[in-house]
Amino acid sequence: MKAPRMRHPGLLVLAVILAVLPFVLTNAYYLDVAIKIALNAVVVIGLNLLVGYTGQISLGHAAFFGMGAYGSAVLTSHFGWPALAALAAGAATTGLLAFILARPVLKLKGHTLAMATLGLGIIIAMVINNESQWTGGPDGLAVPAFGLLGMDISGETQWYAVAAILLLLVTWGALNLIGSPAGRALQAIHGSEVAARVAGIDTTRFKVRVFVLSAVLASIAGSISAHYIGFITPNMAGFFHSIELVTMVVVGGSASIFGSIIGAALLTILPQFLSAFEGWETVVFGMILILCMIFLPRGLVPSIAAKLRKARG
Amino acid sequence: MFITLLKHTAIAASLLLVATGTLAQNIKIGSVLSVTGPAAFLGDPELKTLQLYIEKINAEGGVLGRKLELVHYDDGSDAGKANGFTKRLIESDKVAVLIGGTTTGATMAMAPLVERANLPFISLAGAVVITDPVKKWVFKTPHTDRMAAEKVFEDMKKRGITKVGLLSETSGFGASGRKETQTVAGKYGIKLVADETYGPKDTDITAQLTRIKNTVGVQAVFVFGLGQGPAVVTKNYGQLGMAALPLYQSHGVASDEYLKLAGKSAEGVRLPSPALLIAGSLAANDPQKAIVLGYDKAYRDRYNVEPSSFGGYALDALRLSVDAIKRAGSTDGAKVRIALEQTRGFVGATGVFNMSATDHMGLDLSAFRLVEVKNGDWQLKQ
Amino acid sequence: MFEQFLQFFYSGVTVGSAYALAALGFTIIYNTSGVINFAQGEFIMLGGMLAAVLVGAGVPLPLAVVIAVVVTSCVGLVMEKTVIQPARDAQVVSLIIITIGASLVVRGLVQIWLGKGTFSLTPFSGDSPIILLGASLLPQSLWVLGVTLVMVALMGWFFGRTLLGKAMLATSHNRVAAQLVGINTERVLLVSFGLAALLGGVGGVLLAPITYTSYDAGIMLGLKGFVAAVLGGLGGGAGAVAGGLILGIAEAMTAGFISSAYKDAVPFVLILFILFFMPRGLFGAKVSDRV
Repeated sequence: MKAPRMRHPGLLVLAVILAVLPFVLTNAYYLDVAIKIALNAVVVIGLNLLVGYTGQISLGHAAFFGMGAYGSAVLTSHFGWPALAALAAGAATTGLLAFILARPVLKLKGHTLAMATLGLGIIIAMVINNESQWTGGPDGLAVPAFGLLGMDISGETQWYAVAAILLLLVTWGALNLIGSPAGRALQAIHGSEVAARVAGIDTTRFKVRVFVLSAVLASIAGSISAHYIGFITPNMAGFFHSIELVTMVVVGGSASIFGSIIGAALLTILPQFLSAFEGWETVVFGMILILCMIFLPRGLVPSIAAKLRKARG
Repeated sequence: MFITLLKHTAIAASLLLVATGTLAQNIKIGSVLSVTGPAAFLGDPELKTLQLYIEKINAEGGVLGRKLELVHYDDGSDAGKANGFTKRLIESDKVAVLIGGTTTGATMAMAPLVERANLPFISLAGAVVITDPVKKWVFKTPHTDRMAAEKVFEDMKKRGITKVGLLSETSGFGASGRKETQTVAGKYGIKLVADETYGPKDTDITAQLTRIKNTVGVQAVFVFGLGQGPAVVTKNYGQLGMAALPLYQSHGVASDEYLKLAGKSAEGVRLPSPALLIAGSLAANDPQKAIVLGYDKAYRDRYNVEPSSFGGYALDALRLSVDAIKRAGSTDGAKVRIALEQTRGFVGATGVFNMSATDHMGLDLSAFRLVEVKNGDWQLKQ
Repeated sequence: MFEQFLQFFYSGVTVGSAYALAALGFTIIYNTSGVINFAQGEFIMLGGMLAAVLVGAGVPLPLAVVIAVVVTSCVGLVMEKTVIQPARDAQVVSLIIITIGASLVVRGLVQIWLGKGTFSLTPFSGDSPIILLGASLLPQSLWVLGVTLVMVALMGWFFGRTLLGKAMLATSHNRVAAQLVGINTERVLLVSFGLAALLGGVGGVLLAPITYTSYDAGIMLGLKGFVAAVLGGLGGGAGAVAGGLILGIAEAMTAGFISSAYKDAVPFVLILFILFFMPRGLFGAKVSDRV
């Protein structure tokens, strides 16, 4: 029997790493970090499709994450919905909002696009903060357990399985998207939108779809995170979280799916290391951002890949 | 033969080392505080207090013959990070007691974890929901926001005030305070005729104050906020010439910093305050006098700034834990928890604590003193 | 009723002048280098903090003000040289992250060296409010507005009449062409950052007596200043000032007549409105992109 051609060797490596990790990580705290990395990576992959591949900017993506989180939390705790239904409803609502906003927003470019996404993000976060009878306000909201097929998902090991599977699915989907004609269309838009239009690509339709896709992914990750942590606050939808997400994209590697995962991993682990710098965390974090952007402008993974290619000759 | 002797000595030596190591094993006090971010001016004195007093306690011989060791993480005012660091403290650092949760959000994110891990947790946040309904492993030292509202309304009732304008901050402290104020107003025969909000970093609050000023029948204004916001409100109050309308603040501004920032406009402002603020004016037989004066001196000697009531919460949490560990005779979580619940008549910087199985906060209204700003300084009213 | 409206108006003008100063700094840097400087708010914070700390240590107010502004300008120059210049040709997103990183460094250092407390500065001419047409205005507000207008006028003269100013304008229109006619664009960029930092520092010193200052005072101010700048079209000083004032007044009116809870949403709702229907901002010139 002929062995199937490995189209995405990286995906296999990822699967192996994810399968082996729980045996290497001995305590629940390490698993906790791994779960958070995986969930962040899901958001970052979606964001990378929009920012890295299609060349747009979004400084408000945490708002979609927050919408998913609060959607799930409110529907399950105030209205007693089953968790999966709440997740789907959250994703659908976020997708719808993204669809409505996408057309006018994506007509803008550069700093005006940055401003528009920034504004949207802040407005959504503000609504979440103010409508306390639904959202619990700035002090946050407790989230019930995630019930699946009659049993509650609990404990780091079970959640790790959920997060790892989700990450694998999203990575596989994204890799397929990039390799497909749609993926090439997205990259063409990044290269030159006018040229892409001349070549017959309906740029608006593609940009809108990528925007909605990245919003939906963020929402799903938000819902899962909400159930996992068990308590959410409006910070999740805030400006700083949006900046963190964009930083993960750019540091890990624009237009690189595995770069997104690496970026998510690095920036999720970083606060754990920074805790050693009593008082200097903010300064050190700022310096890391600056140095990364100056010396690795295309992100970690593409820069390393380029160096390896050069070394190979 | 010589080699065998060496081997035996080595084994004996290492066994001895391990034995002394276990005997002298430190008691780990875990803490997650907001030392950076919007809640930093709460978390910073909390951390400094913990560090100062753990040093002192160790210098005086430690607890149960062992030294205390502080394992601290900064959650950056983010509840999600507080949750993650708590896991680290529980799983990796294996602490005996957890002190922290500078904000209510952080505390509520940490609570499910300590419940699962059977770890005694003393929170430093203000909202009533932390201990009401009572959670088995969660205690707290600060007065609740509900108590602050009640203390203010008590005084207003004495002055015959029935119509009040509320101005609250959109932060966690302010929003929770607003809710509690609305809940207890009726009990004191008070109607909230105006309900405005302002942001914690707002630089001009004259618009909201103007609206309150022009509300028909308003007799006093109650501000629920922390830090610089209430100081801006106070200054704007002066600017708008509203001094004829009594102004009440919350315990969030019970600090000399408020006096410095608000200046002359603070004259006549009343607020509920822990004893620490007016340590010098306490009666000689006041049970809290010794503790608060001692804390004031120790903190000033070490850090060259006045201590804040937020630091006082941390001090009480630490001393309560130590007291409970001593009474329990061990660091076993279940025993320490029971000892905490059995705390009676414990004099702290925040008040006198009387905990029980149904009361994990332990303070009553007497832990608040009503103070008024007179000639640029605090005057004890009651 | 009219007095109420007027009070809101004065409140709006006070806050709006702060936004206008922030917007001016954004505009200058954007025009010469295309960089959105998210650290602009920190320049304002630095000016106020340094002045407050110096006065607290006994330095007389005028000297403290001068030192604060000079130090802030130097920080701007250092920032350009060490952080912006090495990353000159990076993408927009990378530059945004770099300036955010720079703002974190500045904020973090201030947090460590000057602490987390709130500071106030003595008002320049006392703090007895002035009653104007039935509503009260702080004398310091007049200082802020007045100095802002003077700054705008100075900028106009600088860009229109001096050689360096015209060189900066030329660089903003077309960097390569400017280099071809012999303009040292590196120096122009450096000066633009120094200038924006100077404006920020002056703004901070003017505002601190009204608004207090702390290590994190720059965040919201920076964001809203950015909004004001885009509102004004990221063109000239007049646009920035107009954008800032309109923003401040809209916020105050919302707080006064509609809802104080959503007052902070006003700048962002306004900007979305403008961007969807007038992407060039209120005063931006029509620009055509080369394909």
